[in-house]
Amino acid sequence: MPRTVIEIAQKIEYLSILDENANLDKSLEPDIPAEQLKTMYKYMLLGRRTDERMLKMQRQGRLGTFPQSAGHEAISMGSVINIKKDDWHVPAYRELAGMLYRGWPIENIILFWNGFEEGTRPPEEVNDLPICVPIASQLPHAVGIGMAMNIKKEKNVVMTYFGDGATSEGDCHEALNFASVFKAPVVFVCLNNQYAISVPLERQMACETVAQKAIAYNMPGIRVDGNDVLAVYVATKEAVDRARAGGGPSLIEGLTYRLTPHTTADDPKRYRSDATTDEWMKKEPLIRFAKYLQNKGVMSAKDLEDMEVEVDTLVKAAVTKAEEMAKSEELLNPYNIIDHVFADVPQFLQEQRDELGEYMKRENDRKAKKNAKKSETGALS
Amino acid sequence: MAEINMAKAINLALHEAMDRDQRVVVMGEDVGQDEGVFRITEGLFAKYGDERVIDTPLAEAAIVGTAIGMSINGLKPICEIQFTGFDYYAFHQVEGHASRFRNRTRGRIHLPMVMRMPYGGGIRALEHHSESREAYYAHTPGLKVVIPSGPRNARALLHSAIQDPDPVIYLEPKACYRLFREEVPDQMETLPIGQAHVIREGEDITLVSYGASLRAAIEAAEELEEENIHCEIVDLLTVSPMDHLTVVKSVKKTGRCVIVHEGQRNCGIGSEVVARINEHAFLYLEAPIKRVTGFDIPIPYFSKERYYLPDAERVIVACKETLNF
Repeated sequence: MPRTVIEIAQKIEYLSILDENANLDKSLEPDIPAEQLKTMYKYMLLGRRTDERMLKMQRQGRLGTFPQSAGHEAISMGSVINIKKDDWHVPAYRELAGMLYRGWPIENIILFWNGFEEGTRPPEEVNDLPICVPIASQLPHAVGIGMAMNIKKEKNVVMTYFGDGATSEGDCHEALNFASVFKAPVVFVCLNNQYAISVPLERQMACETVAQKAIAYNMPGIRVDGNDVLAVYVATKEAVDRARAGGGPSLIEGLTYRLTPHTTADDPKRYRSDATTDEWMKKEPLIRFAKYLQNKGVMSAKDLEDMEVEVDTLVKAAVTKAEEMAKSEELLNPYNIIDHVFADVPQFLQEQRDELGEYMKRENDRKAKKNAKKSETGALS
Repeated sequence: MAEINMAKAINLALHEAMDRDQRVVVMGEDVGQDEGVFRITEGLFAKYGDERVIDTPLAEAAIVGTAIGMSINGLKPICEIQFTGFDYYAFHQVEGHASRFRNRTRGRIHLPMVMRMPYGGGIRALEHHSESREAYYAHTPGLKVVIPSGPRNARALLHSAIQDPDPVIYLEPKACYRLFREEVPDQMETLPIGQAHVIREGEDITLVSYGASLRAAIEAAEELEEENIHCEIVDLLTVSPMDHLTVVKSVKKTGRCVIVHEGQRNCGIGSEVVARINEHAFLYLEAPIKRVTGFDIPIPYFSKERYYLPDAERVIVACKETLNF
């Protein structure tokens, strides 16, 4: 009965292929077709520019509070590019680039952050869940979708996302354990941006990496440079291929930094220095990827400029469309708040619906009276 | 003392409590260095340090669960759940343990802890940031559920909650945090938990409300006064254990009652008020009791929030229907 060592064979790797100065490790470079590289860059840029535009709108009072996605584009796009339309995309809330790539109209994103539930309805043509605000609570859903794939003998995978803060929640560990026990085809992608609102990574966990948590669940775990879209691509592609082949779940940690406040309501000056943010700003994912595309001859400086124009046009058009939709009768319909709670409106709720109708009628009567009075005084003056 | 708003009043109570009792600790997400997302814990971290003002990892169940452990071992934790939309994560700790320890240990172990949570709508917040879930807690035996309505009672009730030997759920109407100011006394004061207050006297109809919805009741009463209708307003302050005696006494006088709250109607606090009035004052009623509440739907995201939240207009219409019955 000796005291012996239980050998846990697993090691945690770190992967970086394209560094912040766009130096490339050729031996690790993935073979991605030029068109796909362009697509990746386009949606990273579209995500970034949409995010920036929404920030402006929020500051002008044209949008509600929202969490920015800037800086998370490489983790989102480098991973989502590896799944197919009928695979499942289960986001947290900073995967804007990936959602746009999956086919979420920009105007839906804007509508959502402008207080319309209509913005959360996923597009018909893809298997996507909407963003998820309660931290880590989407992860068991992702695993359940994966378990159903096993039961239904589907050859699909689930790509799901969460932050470093989420790793403290029970739901995260329960999901990882279920995925491991049931060999669910799930790729867990952690956007480790080192902050959960004001709480830094070292206060969130006392271990070195998120990736090492995979060891406890007997699944492959890897940390990658989360600002290096090529590294994210390689790690998630391996995980997707493994999951599709019946090899079960994987955990991928993309190390990045939250370049922005947590949401537009947050003030990071209260808890961290701008100097560190500035340092990380130099490592952000778009600049190095653009350089890579140029160095590789996939896109010229002119191509990049053209893409800026194209993206700008898309964002502008979406803003106009979203603001028009927000004024449309369909979206302003007050009964929308009641009619989607159940498939059929039950009697007790129908009575409340009628109450709302009475309320609207009184409001319209008051408005009509007010307008009549206005035109009366207008006629007199 | 100067007039202060509710956010400042709660903050003042936290300072006073930490000052006078070394056992009091404050814990939760972003309560330390960031001083809380609503700045309710302002100044505490700088004054009392990170041993007593604890920035926790992001885990509601562990926040409440460890608060239970701390209170078992002699501390008086005040834990903050950032928004009521996230309190469900901790609910098994609240229902399964916080509410039961005294009973299952036959009084040997009790938990002098407070769970603070901003609740309710009206601030154009994100999805899952506007819930009004007091009924879940009121439905749980062994919990006291307190909801202040203004700066002075917020401070006094928080002191009572901290001094209470048992768990108190302290729900803060976040729409009122900075809505108005009120004079608070220099000396620390308490208010008995489980006691409602008549905040306006009248003989025609009783309005029962609490928290942020009380503003709609007050506004309605003021408008009705101009039509010579005199409302009596009861501010429940504690939704459980509910002080129905004060409600019943008022209804025996007026014979009519309208209940106002933003939480959903189905099995809401209003349902309990109606039941207690039926049990204790049925023969005094001149008209059926009405409820002006949130509809039985998830609180709409902010573009349509106003259709859901009770306003003075709805209260007035309900009062008139009751009066003209």
